[in-house]
Amino acid sequence: MNDSNPLAEIISCFQTDFAALHCTLMEVCGTHTHVIRKAAIHQLLPRGIRLLSGPGCPVCVTGSAYIEQAIRLSQEPKVLITTFGDLLKVPGNHNNSLTDARANGGRIKVVYTPLDAVEIARTHPNLEVIFLGVGFETTAPVIALSLQTARQQGIANFTILPALKVLRPALEALLTDDSINLDGLIAPGHLSVITGADAFGYLPEKYGLPTVITGFKTAEIWLGLTALARQIKAGQAKLENMYPQAVSNAGNLAAQKLIKQVFRVDDGEWRGLGVLPGSGLGFDKEYLRYDARVRFQLEPLQSVEPPGCLCGMIILGKSEPEECRHFGRTCRPEHPVGPCMVSSEGTCAAHFYYRDRRAREDDEDSSYLG
Amino acid sequence: MCLAIPGELIRITGDKGEVSFSGVCREVDLRLVPEAVVGDYLLVHAGCAIQIVPADEAKLTLELWNQIMPGVAEDER
Repeated sequence: MNDSNPLAEIISCFQTDFAALHCTLMEVCGTHTHVIRKAAIHQLLPRGIRLLSGPGCPVCVTGSAYIEQAIRLSQEPKVLITTFGDLLKVPGNHNNSLTDARANGGRIKVVYTPLDAVEIARTHPNLEVIFLGVGFETTAPVIALSLQTARQQGIANFTILPALKVLRPALEALLTDDSINLDGLIAPGHLSVITGADAFGYLPEKYGLPTVITGFKTAEIWLGLTALARQIKAGQAKLENMYPQAVSNAGNLAAQKLIKQVFRVDDGEWRGLGVLPGSGLGFDKEYLRYDARVRFQLEPLQSVEPPGCLCGMIILGKSEPEECRHFGRTCRPEHPVGPCMVSSEGTCAAHFYYRDRRAREDDEDSSYLG
Repeated sequence: MCLAIPGELIRITGDKGEVSFSGVCREVDLRLVPEAVVGDYLLVHAGCAIQIVPADEAKLTLELWNQIMPGVAEDER
């Protein structure tokens, strides 16, 4: 056994131990989706085990109306849109993106952190700097820090266009949807760093759903899957933290306190799920002046889904990317139709980049395959 | 987007720290991990440290393997 590859050994044990298991599992973190596809974990599972990707990519769950709003703002005089790079190619309501808006003269700059956007605002007082605040609980405290910094330094030309999401209402919407029957959940590792493992206790307690928090290395994902499959095989439903080196029971208390100070729970709009009460983060009244919707008196827009695009179904694990007529044809990473093809964490992009060898060989242009 | 990368904290200046990611250094906000000290390994998300992680993280993963599948992880040592 010492000569063998330990990961191969682990996979082989899994395949033997759970060969007869029939279950549907879901992960809800875009980074997990990416690693699973890259390591072809989904193909190495026994036949009876389905592994779906859930609403774990913040870019993918953001409605097209939000992008439309950002595109419009980028055309306003003196406005500089700052954003994480993943949002640049996401189509808005009219199949146009922030990249297109930039080509049309819009001021758009990619930043590594919203704190850099605050610094740009400080050094460019003649500009209105807007940061596109997209993300889950992992990113919310970082955006809160940027707001706190702007407030402390009296920076008045910095605002956030908010689309921050809280994961729990979306998971509960999935779990009460009769067309999806999940037997187990891989909980998101880095989101849990902030919320703490205990925040996922409701899944086994209220829904009887076996739940495992795990890390991002290939071996860690197998570790999580093994723990989950063991629970299912034994008829148990509990919360297991297989990523304790980063995730504590209570989470990052400083981050949680900051989120409570700066934000107020609000409705959130999710692609595929619509508006879910309590699933978004708006601003506390002390921070309302940093809300771009208030500053620029924005009217709410309606999201328009691209015709034929299945992103809304794919996000919920109800459809696979290969079922979409656009997938790999009209929708590819260089010209995405829907958001799941844009972000490297999107389910469609992960399926596209790590298609099976045969599909890759059939593909005429494989130059951008990772 | 929830990606977080571990790096070593090599200097602290007020609320900010310099973190080395396999030799590439970046300024990182430390306000979410105020207890961090030089030498700590930090998980960094969007320019902010969000957690202190043990330097021997890999060893911990192995310990978990040993709990769940005794014997298998021994080979990884």
